[in-house]
Amino acid sequence: MLKEQEFLDKIASYCIDNSKKLGATDIGVKVIHSVSENVSFRNKKLEESNRADSFALNLTTYIDKKKSSINSSDLSESNLSKLIERCIEATKITPEDDSNSLPDIDLMSKKIKDLKLYDDTHYTNDKKIEFLQKVESAASINDKIVNTEAGFSENKKNFVLANSNGFSSGYKTSNFTSSCVAVSRINGAMERDYEFGSKRHLHDMLKPEDIGRIAAEKAIKKLGPKKIQSEKIGIIFDKRISKGILSTLANAVSASSISRGTSFLKDQIGNQIFTDNINIIDDPNIEKGLGSQNFDSEGVETNMLKIVDNGILKNYLIDTYYGKKLNLKSNGRSGGTTNLYFENGALDFNELLKLEKKFLYITETIGHGGNIITGDYSVGASGYMIEDGEITYPVSEITIAGNFKDMFKNIVLANDLEFKYSTNAPTLLIKEMTVAGK
Amino acid sequence: MSNFFKNSDIDSSQAEAIVTETLKNCDDGELYLENHKSETIVLDDNKIKSSNYNSDRGYGFRAVTGEVVAYSHSNDISKESLNRSSDNLKDTLKSKKGTYNHEIPKTNSKYYENINPIENKTFNSKLDLLNKVNNYLRSKGSIVNQVTANFLGEHKSIEIIRSDSEVLRDDRPLVRFNVSVVLEKEGKKETGVYGIGGRQSYDDYLKDDNWKKVCDEAFRIAHVNLDSKPAPAGEMKVVLGPGWPAILIHEAIGHGLEGDFNRKKTSAFHNLMGQQVASEGVTIVDDGTLHQRRGSLTIDDEGTPTENTVLIENGILKNYMQDRLNARLMGTKSTGSGRRESYKHVIMPRMRNTMMLSGKYSQDEMISSVDKGIFAVSFGGGQVDITSGKFVFNCTEAYEIVNGKIGSPIKGATLIGDGPSILKEVSLVGDDMKLDPGIGTCGKAGQGVPVGVAQPSILINKMTVGGTKL
Repeated sequence: MLKEQEFLDKIASYCIDNSKKLGATDIGVKVIHSVSENVSFRNKKLEESNRADSFALNLTTYIDKKKSSINSSDLSESNLSKLIERCIEATKITPEDDSNSLPDIDLMSKKIKDLKLYDDTHYTNDKKIEFLQKVESAASINDKIVNTEAGFSENKKNFVLANSNGFSSGYKTSNFTSSCVAVSRINGAMERDYEFGSKRHLHDMLKPEDIGRIAAEKAIKKLGPKKIQSEKIGIIFDKRISKGILSTLANAVSASSISRGTSFLKDQIGNQIFTDNINIIDDPNIEKGLGSQNFDSEGVETNMLKIVDNGILKNYLIDTYYGKKLNLKSNGRSGGTTNLYFENGALDFNELLKLEKKFLYITETIGHGGNIITGDYSVGASGYMIEDGEITYPVSEITIAGNFKDMFKNIVLANDLEFKYSTNAPTLLIKEMTVAGK
Repeated sequence: MSNFFKNSDIDSSQAEAIVTETLKNCDDGELYLENHKSETIVLDDNKIKSSNYNSDRGYGFRAVTGEVVAYSHSNDISKESLNRSSDNLKDTLKSKKGTYNHEIPKTNSKYYENINPIENKTFNSKLDLLNKVNNYLRSKGSIVNQVTANFLGEHKSIEIIRSDSEVLRDDRPLVRFNVSVVLEKEGKKETGVYGIGGRQSYDDYLKDDNWKKVCDEAFRIAHVNLDSKPAPAGEMKVVLGPGWPAILIHEAIGHGLEGDFNRKKTSAFHNLMGQQVASEGVTIVDDGTLHQRRGSLTIDDEGTPTENTVLIENGILKNYMQDRLNARLMGTKSTGSGRRESYKHVIMPRMRNTMMLSGKYSQDEMISSVDKGIFAVSFGGGQVDITSGKFVFNCTEAYEIVNGKIGSPIKGATLIGDGPSILKEVSLVGDDMKLDPGIGTCGKAGQGVPVGVAQPSILINKMTVGGTKL
């Protein structure tokens, strides 16, 4: 059973009271309880059942401008009192930093909106098994599929965030996730692909039959890939990976990267960094949104933020600490973005595919080849060759490379945005990049 | 003596009885208890940015029958919690007809001391050293734009309670010291990162001004990159330097030789046992027994003593890496490769220290044999698709080779290859095998575990370099 607010409040208060007694001038604390249940299937048989019951506590103590923190999963008072002592001792000898402080009181979240982030429904193990059987039988579409794996996880979380300025708030959230991975084989060579869905509420879950079928169809479509010649070509990013461009942007406009001078977008506020029809929004208030929240990890109220407006960079993602360094107020982005997305473009998916005679359509990238200091980008990729708007053959063992500064200015968006993750983008074309193959 | 039940309403013998009762008619399983302390201290932007102490304790209770694993974990080491977990496991494994395998080898070897690196260097002396690092690097001139340095220390005590009161214990120290520097010249910025570590105390690594060498190396890499030009795009010859570039071995073939993927036949290597998968001069081992190395373990997380497992011998595929479950299902023995990130995670076969052994050629011979190619000295991370066998890794220091000579440094680029065929393209194996400096963390299915790699210089005949210059 998920612990109620009262239980978590009591622990938070214990930490604040005891830290004060030992000399802390300011205190922030977060207490989390989570319960999760996962079931996984492989080749139509139960493979693993996993139940987790976890506590986590994070305490930060300040003595004026000095700061230190501790984490613990053992919430017993005997353990916490020892850790609080340790935290205060470390705080005393840590050098001062003028930017260390709790958030401004007037920025704190005052009211909890009901964003419908919690569904109390419990799906029993037997129900999960039934769901997964449907996923897997839908994935077994023909004998090219040689292995299927499917999983269902139910996660529930409750938390309290409190500080010594009197802030104390928290709420429950839930997540129901199901996925299917299918392996296909032809002439001894194998390919793997997947489909997945993650929802706040159980009844919004994708149909199990769709999850299985889509994973299998994708895995079969990838069979028999070719390696292509190295060339400059327009690259279309499937929705599964186009969101990665936004993650890079978020990283590059975080107050920490800007303040530390380690972002290729430093000093670009007010400048055109995308073409003028591109809008990028971070909205924490979407009902049932996977990235929705009432306040950030410091308790600062979060509101809708336009990061890019008609191609112009408008806002950084600011927390209290780096905000102070930049002389800017927190905009509630401690802990990062919420529901971050590109507004839809003008073209249908099919129109986008026909913009040029030939494109490379990428469905998966591997490696961590983005450098936010220089903007250089180089990753491994696989996908399909598109000629005259139609898929002609699968492609693999290639890399795609460019620099984000150029890539941003060459983006064309389709109009097929959907909210499947916390960060979402429609299908996206970058007009010219370098492909390395043969 | 167990410390896990000290403040609990349950004692060791009661816990052992629950384990024995739960695992009746199971093939395998155990109660795994873990007490993990860690400390992170970060200097960044001329300030001690954060100091964090983490105390995590809990258990993971596993019951295995046939191919099915039931798992339950919690922070609450109490009678009620263990009984609830036990009920959960029994409920999942309704019809079990297994025979518990009591066979678990014993070891007297120890590959590291039971020290707590967090406590045996004072907090003040760590802060002091971080400030020295900052001052030392910034004294190298105004091109130094940013310095980040950190200490990551941990101590993990584990206890494994198997059926019929069989108890195994291990205490594992681990440290890492890391320096990252950003240089700026004429508007161009580049980063250099270097670190050292392993299963000893900090001062074993940092004594005699060793920390300055870490700083110098980070500075050198960033400095080289300031003059880098765009990397080439396309297939060419690649010479890899010794040491850390062995993450190529880790990604290209290491993951593909883990037992689970081969039992499930989802690895590109699953039908290649006994076959030639590499050039003749290539021998690759995965060794958990190297003293004080980051990837070493006295016993694995199932209690099996680790060993030096030969994966590929003179080009022939000899062994997979196994945990107990996959070994049992494949009719072989655990290689002591059963690992988990923590009590919150299930066991999987994982790498420890993966090494390609030395051959007979010199690095100079390799470079002088290349007309057009690249020489890759240092890497960031890598990744592999087990099923298709395609893998990548990112160069962080590399040079072009023109007519047998090392030329200009090139920008960071991703290299991509095909696991099962890349080792057949290794035409020369160097005589200069070197271990990495002790910084690797391997990720698999969301679990990170510390690992090591080693290799000599090697020449690869053909690989795709993912630059921008055609």
